[in-house]
Amino acid sequence: MADTITLSVSRYRPEQESEPIFQDYEVPFHKDWAILDALNYVKDELDGSLSFRWSCRMGVCGSCGMMVNGQPTLTCAAFLSSYLPGPIRIEALRFFPIVRDLVVDITDFMTKLKKVKPWLVRDEEKPLSEGEYLQSPEQLDNYKQYSMCINCLLCYSACPVIGLEPNFIGPAAIALAQRYNMDSRDQGAAERLSILSQDDGMWQCTFVGECTEVCPKGVDPAGAIQRYKLTGATDWLKSVLLPWGSK
Amino acid sequence: MSDRVHYTPYHPKWYRRKMSVWWWLEQWRYTKFVLRELTSIPVAWFVLLTLWQVRALVEGEAAYQRTLLWLGSPALIILNIFLFGGVLFHAFTWFNLAPKAMVVRVAGKRVPDIVIVAQNYAVWIAVSAFVIWIWMKVS
Amino acid sequence: MLKRLTPLLWFLFSAGGTVAALVFPAHMFVTTIAVPMGWLDAPSYASLLDLVRHPLTRLYLFVIISLPLVHGAHRLRYMLYDVLKLKHLTAPIVAVCYGTAVVGSAAAAYFLLNLP
Repeated sequence: MADTITLSVSRYRPEQESEPIFQDYEVPFHKDWAILDALNYVKDELDGSLSFRWSCRMGVCGSCGMMVNGQPTLTCAAFLSSYLPGPIRIEALRFFPIVRDLVVDITDFMTKLKKVKPWLVRDEEKPLSEGEYLQSPEQLDNYKQYSMCINCLLCYSACPVIGLEPNFIGPAAIALAQRYNMDSRDQGAAERLSILSQDDGMWQCTFVGECTEVCPKGVDPAGAIQRYKLTGATDWLKSVLLPWGSK
Repeated sequence: MSDRVHYTPYHPKWYRRKMSVWWWLEQWRYTKFVLRELTSIPVAWFVLLTLWQVRALVEGEAAYQRTLLWLGSPALIILNIFLFGGVLFHAFTWFNLAPKAMVVRVAGKRVPDIVIVAQNYAVWIAVSAFVIWIWMKVS
Repeated sequence: MLKRLTPLLWFLFSAGGTVAALVFPAHMFVTTIAVPMGWLDAPSYASLLDLVRHPLTRLYLFVIISLPLVHGAHRLRYMLYDVLKLKHLTAPIVAVCYGTAVVGSAAAAYFLLNLP
């Protein structure tokens, strides 16, 4: 087994560089280390100036997403042993503006997420005295997969449409819209459909399918989007062929 | 944050990488996607061939025989074998992806994708067999 | 205006893709490989014309020509946007792609209605 492994890390310090450069670090190889552990070793022992985001280190917070050898990956879930003999190329998440080193700005995504109203929309709230909204396990099953999204944005880095059309609302936002559309307690499906039928909505998607491939939580945003297209198309046909029907 | 169309505030020090026009060659998965989409060309080719044959039928026996001769030329057979591969690739990728758009639930449980895919192929085989049978009856 | 038709275009694209996937392999195999290679006899003009004259066959042929044309037009349009980055040429691309589909379908209808 190797003693050490090389990380080739993309550095970007706006005060020093006009574009990212690579800097190599040799870190000890441990077979139970994730890439995140190696990055923390770099920061603690080799170069304290390296900036990157991380938090839970167990794949539920969505903070540590980076490009590892060109693939969007959660660095807490990727192990050094999978990348032997190295070197491992680590860069900031693609298609987002780089603030510094491995840190990107995600304001874009936050604005897009807000657009789809990712909360329960009700025509009328039930008064407290009437108790909770009841939901059976089957009803939960309808949307549970889409609720697993941790907003890690790996899907945005995998989607070529996001690279070509930065205003595209994107896989996670649409999957989260579906999470609420399919929730039996929600009444906002019509509202979301009209928002996502607009220019930068779901119709920009060309079903590349990479978003589903890289999703660490199995959300399958590509499937969510195709289902939504079918809903949108059926809805459109119904409104044209049966205009007297109410929504 | 205001709700303007311009999402990310412009920040002169943030680095934005440009997407090359050759983006689809940088990774095999992207190339596979483009190849899949390009199968629309063999599909369109076969549509035009069919249209051409119908036109020959309208023009008469002589035109029909000429079309058969043209289709029998070695260059065209080779071209068509290659484009037939494209049409097959379209069919396979289509059947494998189509179930994503429809989630079928039976007795409360979601039918696994592979069952839908298998059904697609079963229908495809049945339809193809029927088409070939009709052709054999007519020749 | 095109934007309001997007759901319809996607629907036709899906229908066309399904039709092409289901029947094109068999048709193409017979007419472009099996018959030219002599594995199957070519139908005589008379018997083929007889089959095609039937109203159901005419309808079938119209469907397998027009829908896959829309499918191809739609896919090609998005390929030109994404692969060749020609989004700024939306108007001519849309005109040429869907225009070809419309012309092809019209030609199919014309021929199928004017069989001898």
